[in-house]
Amino acid sequence: MSEERTGIKGATILLNALQQEGVDVIFGYPGGVLLPLYDALLDSPIRHVLGRHEQGVVFAADGYSRVTGKVGVCLGTSGPGATNLVTGIANAFLDSIPLVVLTGQVSTGSIGSDSFQEVDIIGITMPITKHSYLVKDPRDLPRIVKEAFYIARTGRPGPVLIDLPKDVLAQENVVPFSNEMKLKGYKVFGQANNGKIEEVAKVLSESRKPVLYAGGGVVTAGAEDVLRLFADKTAVPVVTTLMGIGSLPLEHPNSLGMVGMHGTVTANYAVDDCDLLIAVGVRFDDRVTSGMGHRFATKAKVIHIDIDPVEISKVVKTEIQIVGDARQVLAEILEALPGFANPDVTDWWNQLRDWRKKNTIQYDKDRLTPPMVMECLGEIAGGDTIVTTDVGQHQMWAAQYYPTVNPRNYATSSGLGVMGYGLPAAIGAQIARPKDKVVLITGDGSFQMSIQELGTIAQNKLPVKIILLNNGVLGMVRQMQKMFYNERYSQIELQGNPDFVKVAEAYGIRGISVNSPEQVRGAIEEAFKHPGPVLVDITISEHENVLPMVPPGKDITEMIVR
Amino acid sequence: MLHTLAVLVENNPGVLIRVAGLFTRRGYNIDSLTVCQTEDPELSRMTIVVNGDDQIIEQVRNQLSKLVVVHSVSDLTGESVVDRELALIRVQVSTETRSAVLQTVDIFRGRVVDMGRTNITVELTGDIPKIDAFVHAIQPYGLLELVRTGKVAILRSEA
Repeated sequence: MSEERTGIKGATILLNALQQEGVDVIFGYPGGVLLPLYDALLDSPIRHVLGRHEQGVVFAADGYSRVTGKVGVCLGTSGPGATNLVTGIANAFLDSIPLVVLTGQVSTGSIGSDSFQEVDIIGITMPITKHSYLVKDPRDLPRIVKEAFYIARTGRPGPVLIDLPKDVLAQENVVPFSNEMKLKGYKVFGQANNGKIEEVAKVLSESRKPVLYAGGGVVTAGAEDVLRLFADKTAVPVVTTLMGIGSLPLEHPNSLGMVGMHGTVTANYAVDDCDLLIAVGVRFDDRVTSGMGHRFATKAKVIHIDIDPVEISKVVKTEIQIVGDARQVLAEILEALPGFANPDVTDWWNQLRDWRKKNTIQYDKDRLTPPMVMECLGEIAGGDTIVTTDVGQHQMWAAQYYPTVNPRNYATSSGLGVMGYGLPAAIGAQIARPKDKVVLITGDGSFQMSIQELGTIAQNKLPVKIILLNNGVLGMVRQMQKMFYNERYSQIELQGNPDFVKVAEAYGIRGISVNSPEQVRGAIEEAFKHPGPVLVDITISEHENVLPMVPPGKDITEMIVR
Repeated sequence: MLHTLAVLVENNPGVLIRVAGLFTRRGYNIDSLTVCQTEDPELSRMTIVVNGDDQIIEQVRNQLSKLVVVHSVSDLTGESVVDRELALIRVQVSTETRSAVLQTVDIFRGRVVDMGRTNITVELTGDIPKIDAFVHAIQPYGLLELVRTGKVAILRSEA
């Protein structure tokens, strides 16, 4: 007799449905209402990775998703377990990362009575989820799980939450309904508009100063190979957002680097001066436009290609709009190109090279500076190592100097800018791709927001390399107080910092301390030689600033460069 | 400019809050909102009147369409539509004003649905300008209470 006919437990139906979606790992943290699920988990082939805080498990699921392109799954109990997931859900929502977030809930009969560990997590997360479900009948679980994964990964991806009351998980002898999806209201935009493709090809051919501006949508669509072909064929220079890092490697001749607040001088000048801006999978975030869409790329015709119709003309007025998958649209444009002459960009490239020559920021190679550490790390670890970062100065130095060649090897919290993301994201990445090298680039402020996850690293023997740029202050805040608040430093000193090497060692993790420039290379090499996890605590000066920087409210050409 | 959006949504608990929450979150202003089940019990129809320029309305439409519970959004503004609103209006009356009030109700083709010693309640159906005009006309006699449903609208059938 089949399982279906005799009926099974709600929690088992859930786990079976997850397995059907190809889930191999759940990042989670148990609690009272989840007891039936954790019991059923003992009999499931799905691996469970125990974090040390629910915020860690959702970041880990996010890191897992970014480096694989698959849907990440995390699990937290009701009440505080669920609220601790909130920051991670917001992070995934702003960066369009597909997650299925499972939360425990009090039994259906107790919902609304303020019972122990009860919160309305659906209500709390409504603005930061793509969709959410409260499961009231365990027979619906196969359909709901299937729909949740479908919604999370299709179109513009995002987090979907499934709230699981204890009685739904605990109910025995359930005969589930079919998993047939009922999603009449859900639309996915993927078809490019053919008439517009020709128009793009024509406009491009007539352009003399084109720029392609690539973002997270290129990564989501897996369009980096098509982007490279496009760049090679047309000689169009390419700038990327933080989310688009690696979609065209920095060493590619067409790459002008990152655009925006901490972008390269050349990239910002190019976007400001271009006559055609092809924006692909971007949302004209204020960290790129300086919050002034009306003063961004004002000399240019703007073509906006994005899978989410809401993004079109949200910030910047655009001439040609194409709603569709970045890979598909770029491929169609590539196909249309032979019908038109290549744009004459000789003068444009002369101008760009001239800007680059005059504005490349030089740093002292003999001093222990963050760019020197990043370049040294890049040389030793290589462009194909997975990099995760936290948020702050180190994140921008990594973005500017780490030579990532594959966008799926880069995980950083962009839209939300959440400190504490990097370590758990590195855990998720290492679990997802156990054979690949994973390095976390972090700072002493961010690191302490998730430092407890060193326990997860130790428990799972994850060989993550942690490069800690330690300046004893909240560096990005310090930098802004220095530049814009007359050096009136307020609440930036981290005087109670522990000895990070000793903290690592207390978890059984190798720690290396670096205090002088000549130690940098040796320490990083040693870290990568060691088979297990290593923390390299690198003391840098608090006076190091991230440059260039566009001050708030200034045009992107008005950069502070020294 | 005021736009009338006809929004077909799933008839489930929590749908209204998803729609209303979207408006709050994105800073759009709802002028009126009516919602009721349609001929298909699985679907509800919302008629939302919202104020904004073309770009904002386009954003509202796209944002609404993005919600998984929203099946379709159409902007009825500028289309040939029949739109109606129902109002219940309590008006003060005295022996001196009674006949004038009743006459006004008559002119607007309202119906008296309740009558007290010092006031009457009028039921009035019509498009928004008609209801506004009635409210204006009745005000001098003493408008005690006013309840309006907000607009509902439907496309006219093709000729």
